[in-house]
Amino acid sequence: MNLLQYSPRTHTPIAIPQTTWRIGNLATFIRKHLLQSPGMRFGDKFFLFLARLAGFSVILLLALILVYLVYASLPAIQKFGVSFLYTSTWDPVREVFGALPVIYGTLVTSFLALFIAGPIGVGIALFLNELAPKRVAIVAGFLIEMLAAIPSVVFGLWGIFVLAPFLRESFQPWMIDTLGFIPLFEGPAYGVGKFASGLILALMIIPTISSITKEIFKTIPAHQREAAIALGGTRWEVMKISVLKASRSGIFGALFLGLGRALGETMAVTMVIGNRAQIMPSLFSPAQTMASVIANEYAEATSDIHMAALAEVGLVLFGVTFLINFAARILIHRMGRSQNA
Amino acid sequence: MKKSALFQFAERKYPYRKLKNVLILSTLYLSAMLAVTFLGAVFAYVVMRGVPGLSLSFLTELPKPVGEEGGGMANALLGSLELVFLASSLGIVWGVMVGVYLSEFGREKMASSVRFATELLNSVPSIVIGVFVYVILVKPLKTFSTLAGAVALGVLMVPTIARTTEEILKMMPVHFREAGLALGIPRWKVILKVVVRGSIPGITTGVILAVARVAGETAPLLFTALNNRFWQFGLFEPIASLPVQIYTYAISPFEEWHTQAWAGALILVLFVFAINLCTRVLLAKRSQ
Amino acid sequence: MVDHNSELVLETKGLKAYFGDNLAVRGVDFKVHSNSVTAIIGPSGCGKSTFIRCLNRLHEEVPGARAEGSVRLKDQDIYAKDMDPVMVRRQIGMVFQKANPFPGMTIFENVVAGLKLAGIRKKSFLEETAERSLTHAALWDEVKNKLHQPATSLSGGQQQRLCIARTLAIDPPVLLMDEPTSALDPISTSKIEELILQIKKHVTIVIVTHNMQQAARVSDYTAFFLLGELVEFDETSKMFTVPKDKRTEQYVTGKFG
Repeated sequence: MNLLQYSPRTHTPIAIPQTTWRIGNLATFIRKHLLQSPGMRFGDKFFLFLARLAGFSVILLLALILVYLVYASLPAIQKFGVSFLYTSTWDPVREVFGALPVIYGTLVTSFLALFIAGPIGVGIALFLNELAPKRVAIVAGFLIEMLAAIPSVVFGLWGIFVLAPFLRESFQPWMIDTLGFIPLFEGPAYGVGKFASGLILALMIIPTISSITKEIFKTIPAHQREAAIALGGTRWEVMKISVLKASRSGIFGALFLGLGRALGETMAVTMVIGNRAQIMPSLFSPAQTMASVIANEYAEATSDIHMAALAEVGLVLFGVTFLINFAARILIHRMGRSQNA
Repeated sequence: MKKSALFQFAERKYPYRKLKNVLILSTLYLSAMLAVTFLGAVFAYVVMRGVPGLSLSFLTELPKPVGEEGGGMANALLGSLELVFLASSLGIVWGVMVGVYLSEFGREKMASSVRFATELLNSVPSIVIGVFVYVILVKPLKTFSTLAGAVALGVLMVPTIARTTEEILKMMPVHFREAGLALGIPRWKVILKVVVRGSIPGITTGVILAVARVAGETAPLLFTALNNRFWQFGLFEPIASLPVQIYTYAISPFEEWHTQAWAGALILVLFVFAINLCTRVLLAKRSQ
Repeated sequence: MVDHNSELVLETKGLKAYFGDNLAVRGVDFKVHSNSVTAIIGPSGCGKSTFIRCLNRLHEEVPGARAEGSVRLKDQDIYAKDMDPVMVRRQIGMVFQKANPFPGMTIFENVVAGLKLAGIRKKSFLEETAERSLTHAALWDEVKNKLHQPATSLSGGQQQRLCIARTLAIDPPVLLMDEPTSALDPISTSKIEELILQIKKHVTIVIVTHNMQQAARVSDYTAFFLLGELVEFDETSKMFTVPKDKRTEQYVTGKFG
């Protein structure tokens, strides 16, 4: 949009005061993008207007979400400033809020999930696209997509009553006995906590990663594979040099999208994270994520500052997923371009 | 036959490559099996623990306070239906319209921004949508409400529906449009009566999948629709829903509520699976 | 020009190739002499590409496709049960119709890709071989200063020569070429024809082409395929001047095809 106008006398650009250009430009924008429909019948004009309105409403909605999140978190932004992002006390009783523990919890669980789901998801995509006979690929692909259709709350239920008890009674005590000297695997074994959340999240983002990666592998032409076969590559080597190497940026994009989903995933995590806003080195300790703290506290928050702090957590979460998805799109887009070249 | 030194070297190394190949291919098999196994594990537990809690009273009765036997999720089931119905009436119209814009006027300047915004909206965590709706509806109206819950779910449907609609409308061959336009029919009529109407089966599939997805959504309802223990379905009252009820029961300390949570989960999962299976079969049939 | 005493390198007996139930190559007996260029000509759809893809067991990689009969590479039967297709392809290289360098790799990485697969890590050896192969493929002078740029930055003709270099690097006794110039401009085509005549000192070449002038220019022997059958096989000079079969005569004189 045109932020500057030219001074008629000196022909140098002068800034128009904020308020005027906003209104002026919105009007220009509407005229230019929503109403401009030269040489059309009235019905067509009206329909085009409606369609454009619908399209524009999505942009508007996204902008409104951002604006209202900022508005709702203003009290917290004013009170805590930037320190909100790096202080580690989250205490609703004393009304002191620092988001570091929940940011930490989100990052640890999401990256743990990505660490597990990344190789498995890419492996599944390779299996479905390069290895499995067609019928097996169709059935297995369908089943894996069903994994994505299971509602988050059901994963959470399974997490509380099946996964967490198993971790508490079998897996974690054993890990603590053998690897407990590493802070990452310190006791005690709670069952619920970052580790359980990471596992559940991994399960939830495997289908995301595998289905996007599979689509990317499909775009690689057969003659690329034949080049590697004819050079005397084994099955795996063919995948490595003709499929994986060529889709590096696309795979990163898929991983980013999986990460984005893990960051914002709420219910399953809320149910197995243990709900304690603390920073502990052990993966087995309870924690809290950005999404889970909102889910747990927003409906019951009584003070304005508590609500604002939660809204600001939502704002940070919005920003982070926005950036991650933005990056993912760019990576996948770039992949598409290099394939066409 | 004399073999070159290079070939001999390659021959010597080959057993290792073969071994590596076998090892890696088996891990690929395993990774797929692992995912399917976990799907099986989750599903099996939901069935095993859910079936004992299913009964007629579960489907027809209101929740009972802790300690009393029986009780059900009837209000939550109806509440979910109402929420999803209201959300759909918002999300479908809006989403399809955006899809029509993207497919029919997708080459305009604004369209690429719209497409991008749609993708980003799709990636906004549903809990954030919940906060947003809380701020714009719950706070001004001073009550948790069906309306707020439905708006939150409706907004979640828009990007999914818009994207599938765009994809499906684009599959309609250009000559259908041209045939209509050549007859002198106005463009808007061609779009609605030829393009959209001809694509209704495909759009329906997209819509149904979006419905299945929001039917299981919990996070955005926690502080918009909240929950309700009674037969209340007014637009401006809190309302019960199946996912929220499952969540509430699951994190409670009571054994009989846990059983009910599993039963609710079973219903939810069966619903979602049935819808996915049906649409998949229908799609496969039509594409043949 | 044709050395009748040279040994047989490749020999097929009753070679049949199927796509599902379709018989695409109907029992072909065929011989290739060492250090010669053998051209395979015929109208499109005559099974010549399928035939050549059977020679390095690439045909079977297509889902539903299989081959029958015998193909001998010197003293080994490449369709024998204990024969590993991977090792067959190390001895019988192939260049395709469409240049297919690996897009994620640099020029250098592309040339040495086959060697790296074989487990060779020694840098000096890789560099020597890369230079030699690129020189044989008449590409060295054009790329020696940009070996570490992406292979996709090259022109179509250069990419095809890069693919030839990549195949020569693994030093196969036999090189198969499946219409290697059909997607290229005349200048690139003549460069590749020249290099074929150069490298036949080191490697035995079988080339599929739909261009009869090309067959006449580069090959010592020519095979004419029609409807999945080998109609005639002879020295190129005889084939184009005194064909024995009526159908060959009609084809080489441009009456059909």
